[in-house]
Amino acid sequence: MSTIIGIIAFIVFAPFAGGLLSGIDRKLTARMQGRIGPPILQPFYDVKKLLNKEILLINNMQILFMWCFLVFIVFTGALFCGGSNILLVFFVLTTAAMFLVLEASLTNSAYATMGANREMIQMLSYEPMVLLTAVGFYVATAFSTGTGTFNLHEIVDNSPIPNIVYLPGVFIGFLYILTIKLRKSPFDISMSHHAHQEMVKGVTTELSGGLMALMEISHWYENVFLLLVVSLFIICDAWWSIPLAVVVVAAAFFLEILIDNTSARVKWDVMLKSAWAVTLVFGCINVFILQLI
Amino acid sequence: MAKVAKSPWLLHYDGSSCNGCDIEVLACLTPVYDVERFGVINTGNPKHADILLITGGINSQNKPVVEQLYSQMPSPKVVVAVGICACNGGVFKECYNILGGVDKVLPVDIYVPGCAARPNAIIDGVVKAVALLEEKRAKMDSEGGNNK
Ligand code: SF4
Repeated sequence: MSTIIGIIAFIVFAPFAGGLLSGIDRKLTARMQGRIGPPILQPFYDVKKLLNKEILLINNMQILFMWCFLVFIVFTGALFCGGSNILLVFFVLTTAAMFLVLEASLTNSAYATMGANREMIQMLSYEPMVLLTAVGFYVATAFSTGTGTFNLHEIVDNSPIPNIVYLPGVFIGFLYILTIKLRKSPFDISMSHHAHQEMVKGVTTELSGGLMALMEISHWYENVFLLLVVSLFIICDAWWSIPLAVVVVAAAFFLEILIDNTSARVKWDVMLKSAWAVTLVFGCINVFILQLI
Repeated sequence: MAKVAKSPWLLHYDGSSCNGCDIEVLACLTPVYDVERFGVINTGNPKHADILLITGGINSQNKPVVEQLYSQMPSPKVVVAVGICACNGGVFKECYNILGGVDKVLPVDIYVPGCAARPNAIIDGVVKAVALLEEKRAKMDSEGGNNK
Protein backbone atom coordinates (compact mmCIF):
# COMPACT_ATOMS: atom_id res chain seq x y z
CA MET A 1 0.00 0.00 0.00
CA SER A 2 2.72 2.46 1.00
CA THR A 3 4.41 1.60 -2.28
CA ILE A 4 1.44 2.75 -4.34
CA ILE A 5 1.00 5.89 -2.23
CA GLY A 6 4.68 6.69 -2.70
CA ILE A 7 4.48 6.28 -6.47
CA ILE A 8 1.30 8.33 -6.84
CA ALA A 9 2.59 11.03 -4.50
CA PHE A 10 5.74 11.36 -6.58
CA ILE A 11 3.96 11.51 -9.93
CA VAL A 12 1.43 14.06 -8.71
CA PHE A 13 3.43 16.29 -6.38
CA ALA A 14 6.94 16.20 -7.81
CA PRO A 15 6.26 18.66 -10.66
CA PHE A 16 4.80 21.17 -8.21
CA ALA A 17 7.68 20.74 -5.80
CA GLY A 18 10.17 20.85 -8.66
CA GLY A 19 8.64 23.98 -10.16
CA LEU A 20 8.62 25.68 -6.77
CA LEU A 21 12.23 24.67 -6.14
CA SER A 22 13.18 26.10 -9.49
CA GLY A 23 11.34 29.32 -8.61
CA ILE A 24 13.08 29.51 -5.24
CA ASP A 25 16.36 28.86 -7.02
CA ARG A 26 15.81 31.79 -9.37
CA LYS A 27 14.71 34.06 -6.54
CA LEU A 28 17.72 33.16 -4.38
CA THR A 29 20.04 33.60 -7.35
CA ALA A 30 18.60 37.05 -7.98
CA ARG A 31 18.97 38.00 -4.32
CA MET A 32 22.57 36.84 -4.32
CA GLN A 33 23.17 39.11 -7.30
CA GLY A 34 21.44 42.05 -5.60
CA ARG A 35 18.35 41.87 -7.81
CA ILE A 36 14.71 41.51 -6.88
CA GLY A 37 14.17 38.50 -9.07
CA PRO A 38 11.11 36.93 -10.65
CA PRO A 39 8.09 35.71 -8.69
CA ILE A 40 8.46 32.27 -7.12
CA LEU A 41 5.83 30.91 -9.51
CA GLN A 42 7.74 32.14 -12.57
CA PRO A 43 8.75 28.62 -13.77
CA PHE A 44 5.06 27.70 -14.00
CA TYR A 45 4.33 30.81 -16.07
CA ASP A 46 7.21 29.91 -18.34
CA VAL A 47 5.97 26.39 -18.93
CA LYS A 48 2.44 27.61 -19.53
CA LYS A 49 3.78 30.09 -22.08
CA LEU A 50 5.88 27.42 -23.79
CA LEU A 51 2.89 25.11 -24.10
CA ASN A 52 1.12 27.84 -26.02
CA LYS A 53 3.84 28.39 -28.55
CA GLU A 54 4.33 26.94 -31.97
CA ILE A 55 6.63 23.89 -32.20
CA LEU A 56 9.27 24.12 -34.89
CA LEU A 57 10.30 20.56 -35.57
CA ILE A 58 13.48 19.53 -37.30
CA ASN A 59 12.87 15.83 -36.98
CA ASN A 60 9.62 14.16 -35.94
CA MET A 61 11.54 11.82 -33.67
CA GLN A 62 12.26 14.80 -31.40
CA ILE A 63 8.74 14.48 -30.01
CA LEU A 64 9.11 10.77 -29.30
CA PHE A 65 12.48 11.14 -27.60
CA MET A 66 11.41 14.07 -25.43
CA TRP A 67 8.40 12.07 -24.25
CA CYS A 68 10.66 9.09 -23.57
CA PHE A 69 12.95 11.35 -21.59
CA LEU A 70 10.07 12.57 -19.45
CA VAL A 71 8.53 9.12 -19.00
CA PHE A 72 11.82 7.54 -17.96
CA ILE A 73 12.59 10.34 -15.50
CA VAL A 74 9.14 9.94 -13.96
CA PHE A 75 9.66 6.18 -13.92
CA THR A 76 12.98 6.64 -12.09
CA GLY A 77 11.38 8.74 -9.39
CA ALA A 78 8.36 6.43 -9.14
CA LEU A 79 10.59 3.38 -8.68
CA PHE A 80 12.50 5.26 -6.01
CA CYS A 81 9.40 6.34 -4.12
CA GLY A 82 7.92 2.88 -4.53
CA GLY A 83 10.90 1.50 -2.61
CA SER A 84 12.40 -0.53 -5.42
CA ASN A 85 15.98 -1.60 -5.90
CA ILE A 86 18.37 1.34 -5.84
CA LEU A 87 20.53 -0.09 -8.63
CA LEU A 88 17.51 -0.40 -10.90
CA VAL A 89 16.56 3.20 -10.12
CA PHE A 90 19.96 4.47 -11.20
CA PHE A 91 19.98 2.37 -14.38
CA VAL A 92 16.63 3.79 -15.43
CA LEU A 93 17.96 7.28 -14.77
CA THR A 94 20.86 6.63 -17.13
CA THR A 95 18.46 5.38 -19.80
CA ALA A 96 16.49 8.62 -19.51
CA ALA A 97 19.64 10.67 -20.00
CA MET A 98 20.40 8.71 -23.17
CA PHE A 99 17.10 9.82 -24.70
CA LEU A 100 18.07 13.44 -24.23
CA VAL A 101 21.38 12.78 -25.96
CA LEU A 102 19.59 11.02 -28.82
CA GLU A 103 17.13 13.86 -29.21
CA ALA A 104 19.87 16.46 -29.42
CA SER A 105 22.02 14.41 -31.78
CA LEU A 106 19.38 13.82 -34.41
CA THR A 107 18.62 17.49 -34.91
CA ASN A 108 21.89 17.84 -36.80
CA SER A 109 22.33 21.27 -35.28
CA ALA A 110 25.88 22.26 -34.43
CA TYR A 111 24.96 23.55 -31.00
CA ALA A 112 22.63 20.74 -30.02
CA THR A 113 25.17 18.14 -31.18
CA MET A 114 27.85 19.85 -29.16
CA GLY A 115 25.48 19.80 -26.21
CA ALA A 116 24.86 16.08 -26.78
CA ASN A 117 28.58 15.35 -26.80
CA ARG A 118 29.04 17.30 -23.62
CA GLU A 119 26.04 15.62 -22.04
CA MET A 120 27.74 12.29 -22.62
CA ILE A 121 30.93 13.56 -21.01
CA GLN A 122 28.82 14.64 -18.07
CA MET A 123 27.36 11.15 -17.84
CA LEU A 124 30.86 9.75 -17.93
CA SER A 125 31.78 12.05 -15.05
CA TYR A 126 28.90 11.37 -12.70
CA GLU A 127 28.08 7.74 -13.46
CA PRO A 128 30.89 6.13 -11.37
CA MET A 129 29.83 8.10 -8.31
CA VAL A 130 26.16 7.27 -8.85
CA LEU A 131 26.95 3.56 -8.94
CA LEU A 132 29.25 3.91 -5.98
CA THR A 133 26.39 5.51 -4.05
CA ALA A 134 24.32 2.37 -4.58
CA VAL A 135 27.27 0.20 -3.54
CA GLY A 136 27.81 2.48 -0.54
CA PHE A 137 24.30 1.83 0.73
CA TYR A 138 24.79 -1.91 0.29
CA VAL A 139 28.03 -1.88 2.25
CA ALA A 140 26.59 0.41 4.92
CA THR A 141 23.57 -1.83 5.52
CA ALA A 142 25.87 -4.85 5.57
CA PHE A 143 27.97 -3.07 8.15
CA SER A 144 25.12 -2.05 10.44
CA THR A 145 22.74 -5.01 10.14
CA GLY A 146 24.86 -7.88 8.91
CA THR A 147 23.09 -8.33 5.57
CA GLY A 148 23.64 -5.86 2.78
CA THR A 149 20.75 -4.78 0.61
CA PHE A 150 19.98 -2.66 -2.44
CA ASN A 151 16.28 -2.58 -1.57
CA LEU A 152 15.21 0.94 -0.66
CA HIS A 153 12.56 -0.16 1.87
CA GLU A 154 15.08 -2.27 3.69
CA ILE A 155 17.73 0.44 3.57
CA VAL A 156 15.37 2.78 5.39
CA ASP A 157 13.71 0.27 7.73
CA ASN A 158 16.82 -1.62 8.79
CA SER A 159 18.97 1.38 9.60
CA PRO A 160 18.77 2.42 13.25
CA ILE A 161 20.79 5.59 12.56
CA PRO A 162 21.19 7.69 9.39
CA ASN A 163 23.45 6.04 6.84
CA ILE A 164 25.40 9.26 6.42
CA VAL A 165 27.24 8.26 9.61
CA TYR A 166 28.77 5.36 7.71
CA LEU A 167 28.94 7.12 4.36
CA PRO A 168 30.29 10.64 4.88
CA GLY A 169 32.71 10.28 1.96
CA VAL A 170 30.04 8.91 -0.37
CA PHE A 171 27.79 11.79 0.67
CA ILE A 172 30.45 14.36 -0.25
CA GLY A 173 31.02 12.59 -3.56
CA PHE A 174 27.31 12.57 -4.29
CA LEU A 175 27.02 16.28 -3.52
CA TYR A 176 29.85 16.89 -5.95
CA ILE A 177 28.14 15.12 -8.84
CA LEU A 178 24.81 16.64 -7.81
CA THR A 179 26.15 19.91 -9.22
CA ILE A 180 26.54 18.19 -12.59
CA LYS A 181 23.12 16.55 -12.43
CA LEU A 182 21.34 19.74 -11.41
CA ARG A 183 23.06 21.47 -14.36
CA LYS A 184 24.64 24.07 -12.16
CA SER A 185 27.73 26.13 -12.79
CA PRO A 186 30.69 25.25 -12.81
CA PHE A 187 29.45 22.04 -14.46
CA ASP A 188 26.63 23.34 -16.66
CA ILE A 189 28.64 22.51 -19.73
CA SER A 190 25.97 20.74 -21.79
CA MET A 191 23.17 23.23 -21.27
CA SER A 192 23.53 26.66 -19.82
CA HIS A 193 20.77 28.83 -18.42
CA HIS A 194 22.54 32.01 -19.41
CA ALA A 195 22.46 33.83 -22.71
CA HIS A 196 25.40 34.55 -24.98
CA GLN A 197 27.33 31.36 -24.55
CA GLU A 198 29.43 29.57 -27.09
CA MET A 199 26.94 26.71 -27.33
CA VAL A 200 23.73 28.78 -27.22
CA LYS A 201 21.53 26.45 -25.13
CA GLY A 202 23.35 23.17 -25.72
CA VAL A 203 21.10 20.12 -25.75
CA THR A 204 17.97 22.23 -25.58
CA THR A 205 18.87 24.57 -28.46
CA GLU A 206 16.52 22.93 -30.95
CA LEU A 207 13.60 22.50 -28.59
CA SER A 208 10.82 24.97 -29.12
CA GLY A 209 7.40 25.48 -27.56
CA GLY A 210 5.87 22.39 -26.00
CA LEU A 211 9.04 20.33 -26.35
CA MET A 212 10.91 22.83 -24.22
CA ALA A 213 8.06 22.64 -21.72
CA LEU A 214 8.56 18.84 -21.59
CA MET A 215 12.24 19.45 -20.93
CA GLU A 216 11.46 21.84 -18.07
CA ILE A 217 8.96 19.45 -16.50
CA SER A 218 11.42 16.54 -16.77
CA HIS A 219 14.01 18.73 -15.15
CA TRP A 220 11.65 19.41 -12.23
CA TYR A 221 10.98 15.69 -11.76
CA GLU A 222 14.67 14.95 -11.96
CA ASN A 223 15.60 17.61 -9.40
CA VAL A 224 13.05 16.32 -6.92
CA PHE A 225 14.29 12.78 -7.42
CA LEU A 226 17.91 13.83 -6.87
CA LEU A 227 17.07 15.67 -3.67
CA LEU A 228 15.18 12.57 -2.51
CA VAL A 229 18.39 10.59 -3.03
CA VAL A 230 20.14 13.13 -0.79
CA SER A 231 17.46 12.54 1.85
CA LEU A 232 18.10 8.79 1.65
CA PHE A 233 21.42 9.40 3.36
CA ILE A 234 19.55 10.75 6.39
CA ILE A 235 16.22 8.95 6.61
CA CYS A 236 16.30 5.89 8.86
CA ASP A 237 14.04 3.98 11.19
CA ALA A 238 13.70 6.85 13.69
CA TRP A 239 11.04 9.61 13.39
CA TRP A 240 13.50 12.46 13.94
CA SER A 241 15.35 11.52 10.79
CA ILE A 242 12.61 13.03 8.64
CA PRO A 243 12.85 16.65 9.86
CA LEU A 244 16.62 16.24 9.84
CA ALA A 245 16.45 15.06 6.21
CA VAL A 246 14.41 18.14 5.27
CA VAL A 247 17.05 20.38 6.83
CA VAL A 248 19.93 18.56 5.14
CA VAL A 249 18.23 18.60 1.73
CA ALA A 250 17.49 22.31 2.07
CA ALA A 251 21.11 22.95 3.04
CA ALA A 252 22.37 20.89 0.09
CA PHE A 253 20.10 22.78 -2.30
CA PHE A 254 21.25 26.13 -0.93
CA LEU A 255 24.86 25.05 -1.25
CA GLU A 256 24.32 24.16 -4.91
CA ILE A 257 22.82 27.60 -5.61
CA LEU A 258 25.70 29.27 -3.80
CA ILE A 259 28.23 27.32 -5.85
CA ASP A 260 26.28 28.12 -9.01
CA ASN A 261 26.53 31.83 -8.30
CA THR A 262 30.12 31.94 -7.19
CA SER A 263 31.88 29.87 -9.82
CA ALA A 264 32.57 30.15 -13.51
CA ARG A 265 32.06 27.29 -15.92
CA VAL A 266 35.02 24.90 -16.20
CA LYS A 267 36.19 22.95 -19.23
CA TRP A 268 35.02 19.37 -19.65
CA ASP A 269 38.38 17.81 -18.77
CA VAL A 270 38.49 19.60 -15.41
CA MET A 271 34.99 18.35 -14.68
CA LEU A 272 35.79 14.78 -15.66
CA LYS A 273 39.06 14.60 -13.76
CA SER A 274 37.79 16.32 -10.63
CA ALA A 275 34.59 14.24 -10.53
CA TRP A 276 36.57 11.02 -10.83
CA ALA A 277 39.14 12.23 -8.29
CA VAL A 278 36.40 13.02 -5.78
CA THR A 279 34.76 9.66 -6.49
CA LEU A 280 38.04 7.88 -5.92
CA VAL A 281 39.23 9.82 -2.89
CA PHE A 282 35.99 10.24 -0.97
CA GLY A 283 33.70 7.55 -2.35
CA CYS A 284 36.05 4.61 -2.83
CA ILE A 285 38.05 5.16 0.34
CA ASN A 286 34.86 5.45 2.36
CA VAL A 287 33.50 2.18 0.98
CA PHE A 288 36.88 0.51 1.37
CA ILE A 289 37.17 1.46 5.04
CA LEU A 290 33.66 0.17 5.73
CA GLN A 291 34.64 -3.11 4.10
CA LEU A 292 37.77 -3.42 6.19
CA ILE A 293 36.28 -2.83 9.65
CA MET B 1 -2.99 38.57 -20.74
CA ALA B 2 -1.89 35.46 -18.91
CA LYS B 3 -0.16 33.09 -21.24
CA VAL B 4 2.74 34.99 -22.75
CA ALA B 5 2.42 38.09 -20.64
CA LYS B 6 4.17 36.72 -17.61
CA SER B 7 7.07 35.13 -19.39
CA PRO B 8 8.42 37.08 -22.37
CA TRP B 9 11.79 35.75 -23.47
CA LEU B 10 14.00 38.09 -25.44
CA LEU B 11 16.44 37.52 -28.22
CA HIS B 12 18.73 40.48 -28.48
CA TYR B 13 20.58 41.16 -31.72
CA ASP B 14 22.95 44.09 -32.09
CA GLY B 15 23.13 45.20 -35.71
CA SER B 16 25.16 48.01 -37.17
CA SER B 17 25.20 50.24 -34.10
CA CYS B 18 27.61 52.29 -32.05
CA ASN B 19 26.94 49.76 -29.23
CA GLY B 20 25.32 52.46 -27.12
CA CYS B 21 21.88 50.89 -27.31
CA ASP B 22 23.43 47.45 -26.96
CA ILE B 23 24.86 48.43 -23.58
CA GLU B 24 21.55 49.97 -22.53
CA VAL B 25 19.75 46.70 -23.27
CA LEU B 26 22.23 44.87 -21.08
CA ALA B 27 21.75 47.56 -18.43
CA CYS B 28 18.12 46.43 -18.21
CA LEU B 29 19.35 43.09 -16.84
CA THR B 30 21.48 44.61 -14.09
CA PRO B 31 20.31 44.98 -10.48
CA VAL B 32 19.20 48.59 -11.04
CA TYR B 33 16.51 47.76 -13.61
CA ASP B 34 16.30 43.95 -13.27
CA VAL B 35 13.83 43.02 -15.99
CA GLU B 36 13.76 39.45 -14.70
CA ARG B 37 11.30 40.81 -12.12
CA PHE B 38 8.75 40.69 -14.91
CA GLY B 39 9.80 37.23 -15.98
CA VAL B 40 11.85 38.57 -18.87
CA ILE B 41 14.77 36.35 -19.78
CA ASN B 42 17.48 37.33 -22.20
CA THR B 43 17.82 34.06 -24.06
CA GLY B 44 20.49 33.57 -26.67
CA ASN B 45 18.36 31.18 -28.67
CA PRO B 46 15.80 32.19 -31.34
CA LYS B 47 13.85 28.96 -30.81
CA HIS B 48 13.10 29.94 -27.22
CA ALA B 49 12.43 33.61 -27.87
CA ASP B 50 9.16 35.52 -28.02
CA ILE B 51 10.52 38.99 -28.66
CA LEU B 52 13.26 39.87 -31.12
CA LEU B 53 14.91 43.00 -29.82
CA ILE B 54 17.18 44.66 -32.35
CA THR B 55 19.54 47.53 -31.74
CA GLY B 56 21.42 49.24 -34.54
CA GLY B 57 20.69 49.51 -38.23
CA ILE B 58 20.70 46.94 -40.99
CA ASN B 59 23.58 46.62 -43.41
CA SER B 60 24.07 44.17 -46.22
CA GLN B 61 26.10 41.85 -44.00
CA ASN B 62 23.66 41.48 -41.13
CA LYS B 63 20.51 41.41 -43.27
CA PRO B 64 20.54 37.63 -43.83
CA VAL B 65 21.42 37.07 -40.16
CA VAL B 66 18.46 39.08 -38.93
CA GLU B 67 16.13 37.41 -41.41
CA GLN B 68 17.27 33.97 -40.35
CA LEU B 69 16.92 34.72 -36.65
CA TYR B 70 13.38 35.94 -37.25
CA SER B 71 12.45 32.88 -39.29
CA GLN B 72 13.73 30.58 -36.55
CA MET B 73 11.48 32.05 -33.87
CA PRO B 74 8.26 30.14 -33.16
CA SER B 75 5.01 32.15 -33.31
CA PRO B 76 3.69 34.25 -31.74
CA LYS B 77 6.60 36.64 -32.06
CA VAL B 78 7.14 40.38 -31.93
CA VAL B 79 9.95 42.56 -33.25
CA VAL B 80 11.10 45.55 -31.22
CA ALA B 81 13.48 48.09 -32.78
CA VAL B 82 15.47 49.83 -30.04
CA GLY B 83 17.20 53.15 -30.66
CA ILE B 84 16.97 55.52 -33.59
CA CYS B 85 19.47 53.45 -35.61
CA ALA B 86 17.16 50.46 -35.51
CA CYS B 87 14.15 52.65 -36.22
CA ASN B 88 15.45 54.27 -39.40
CA GLY B 89 19.23 54.14 -39.58
CA GLY B 90 19.84 57.13 -37.32
CA VAL B 91 23.19 58.86 -37.58
CA PHE B 92 24.44 56.12 -39.88
CA LYS B 93 21.56 56.54 -42.30
CA GLU B 94 23.65 58.15 -45.03
CA CYS B 95 26.48 55.59 -44.84
CA TYR B 96 27.11 53.66 -48.05
CA ASN B 97 26.66 50.29 -46.36
CA ILE B 98 23.50 50.98 -44.37
CA LEU B 99 20.20 49.79 -45.80
CA GLY B 100 18.21 51.60 -43.13
CA GLY B 101 16.19 50.62 -40.07
CA VAL B 102 15.06 47.13 -39.14
CA ASP B 103 11.74 47.66 -40.92
CA LYS B 104 13.58 47.42 -44.21
CA VAL B 105 13.79 43.65 -43.70
CA LEU B 106 11.42 42.62 -40.90
CA PRO B 107 7.90 43.64 -39.86
CA VAL B 108 8.74 45.82 -36.85
CA ASP B 109 5.94 46.00 -34.28
CA ILE B 110 7.32 48.39 -31.68
CA TYR B 111 9.69 51.32 -32.18
CA VAL B 112 11.63 52.53 -29.15
CA PRO B 113 13.19 55.92 -29.88
CA GLY B 114 16.25 57.44 -28.27
CA CYS B 115 19.96 57.74 -28.85
CA ALA B 116 20.76 55.82 -26.82
CA ALA B 117 17.35 54.46 -25.82
CA ARG B 118 17.07 54.69 -22.04
CA PRO B 119 16.50 51.44 -20.13
CA ASN B 120 13.15 52.80 -18.94
CA ALA B 121 12.10 53.27 -22.56
CA ILE B 122 13.36 49.80 -23.49
CA ILE B 123 11.40 48.20 -20.66
CA ASP B 124 8.35 50.19 -21.76
CA GLY B 125 8.83 48.88 -25.29
CA VAL B 126 9.03 45.33 -24.00
CA VAL B 127 5.85 45.80 -21.98
CA LYS B 128 4.09 47.02 -25.15
CA ALA B 129 5.51 44.06 -27.03
CA VAL B 130 4.09 41.71 -24.41
CA ALA B 131 0.61 43.12 -24.90
CA LEU B 132 0.98 42.66 -28.64
CA LEU B 133 2.22 39.10 -28.20
CA GLU B 134 -0.97 38.31 -26.35
CA GLU B 135 -3.02 39.75 -29.21
CA LYS B 136 -1.13 37.67 -31.74
CA ARG B 137 -1.55 34.63 -29.56
CA ALA B 138 -5.32 35.13 -29.42
CA LYS B 139 -5.36 35.57 -33.19
CA MET B 140 -3.42 32.33 -33.64
CA ASP B 141 -5.97 30.55 -31.48
CA SER B 142 -8.97 31.91 -33.33
CA GLU B 143 -7.47 31.05 -36.70
CA GLY B 144 -6.80 27.63 -35.25
CA GLY B 145 -4.14 26.74 -37.75
CA ASN B 146 -1.22 26.69 -35.33
CA ASN B 147 1.01 23.75 -34.73
CA LYS B 148 1.07 23.38 -30.98
S1 SF4 C 1 20.62 54.98 -31.56
FE1 SF4 C 1 22.42 56.13 -30.88
S2 SF4 C 1 23.19 54.99 -29.13
FE2 SF4 C 1 21.81 53.65 -30.23
S3 SF4 C 1 23.10 52.46 -31.57
FE3 SF4 C 1 22.37 54.24 -32.72
S4 SF4 C 1 23.95 55.79 -32.48
FE4 SF4 C 1 24.30 54.24 -30.91
